[in-house]
Amino acid sequence: MKLKLIISFIFVVAIFVVTVFFISLKTNNKYDTKNLIGQSISNFNLYSLKHNVRITEENLKKNKFTLINFWASWCGPCRKEHPTLISLSNNHKLKILGVNFKDKATHASKFLKELGNPYYFIASDIAGKTSILFGIYGIPESILIDNNLKIIAKFIGPLTTEDYKKIIKIIK
Amino acid sequence: MKVLMILIALFLSTAQVLSKENEIIETDIYKNLRCLVCQGQSIAESNSDFAQTIKVVIKDKISEGKSQNEIYDFLISKYGEWIVYKPRFNKNNLLLWLMPYFIFLLGGVIILNNLKKSNNKKDN
Repeated sequence: MKLKLIISFIFVVAIFVVTVFFISLKTNNKYDTKNLIGQSISNFNLYSLKHNVRITEENLKKNKFTLINFWASWCGPCRKEHPTLISLSNNHKLKILGVNFKDKATHASKFLKELGNPYYFIASDIAGKTSILFGIYGIPESILIDNNLKIIAKFIGPLTTEDYKKIIKIIK
Repeated sequence: MKVLMILIALFLSTAQVLSKENEIIETDIYKNLRCLVCQGQSIAESNSDFAQTIKVVIKDKISEGKSQNEIYDFLISKYGEWIVYKPRFNKNNLLLWLMPYFIFLLGGVIILNNLKKSNNKKDN
């Protein structure tokens, strides 16, 4: 009787361990911040590159859709996604707000002069602290918000052709 | 003059104690935060750009008078539960939190049962 109980207990534990391993293997362990979709952005302070103009929540509410793009002149993948941003900037339903991350204003200006400027406003985040408010953990990252400041989509890494199509479909 | 000197000394020592306390809280928080861009490192161990920025934000929050829990809540709202090494109690990790207590209780019951049995045998 006792032996039967021990065997049953070992069997139950083994089943439990195998199930946990199986579930863990099936789960996608790649971390992202997609859980932010549906949340609203608030309490941010964004200043222009020269720190003389401030952009507020009210400013963003005037746009039907805003794509907040975190970039820097020293970031290679930002260079790669730039043509996609230029194409998106031609769509009148979308405004692109660039947040220049831990960068020098002169370098940022040079970068935009060379590749074109898709942004309607360029904010500066020299210390990188603003990016934390937006749940950013690397650049480039982009957040698509509506006029209620609700996050509709989040793009981690450089924007691709698929991302372009997705954004166009959303703002249609 | 003497009073002023004493006041200055008091002020400086209080400030030092407070900054030491803040440092301890900061280190505690850093150790419990996962560096999201590193392989198996905490914010305390990492020198990555992300870790450096998080450290600055935490320092700011502490000087604003925010508590440890408020700081965790803020970071969890931005990066999800994954950012903390010690997750908060919720329905998804219910089993993880309760299992050790359950096993502890089960062990206690088994030991008590065995003790009772051996006592009964001795009595008989």
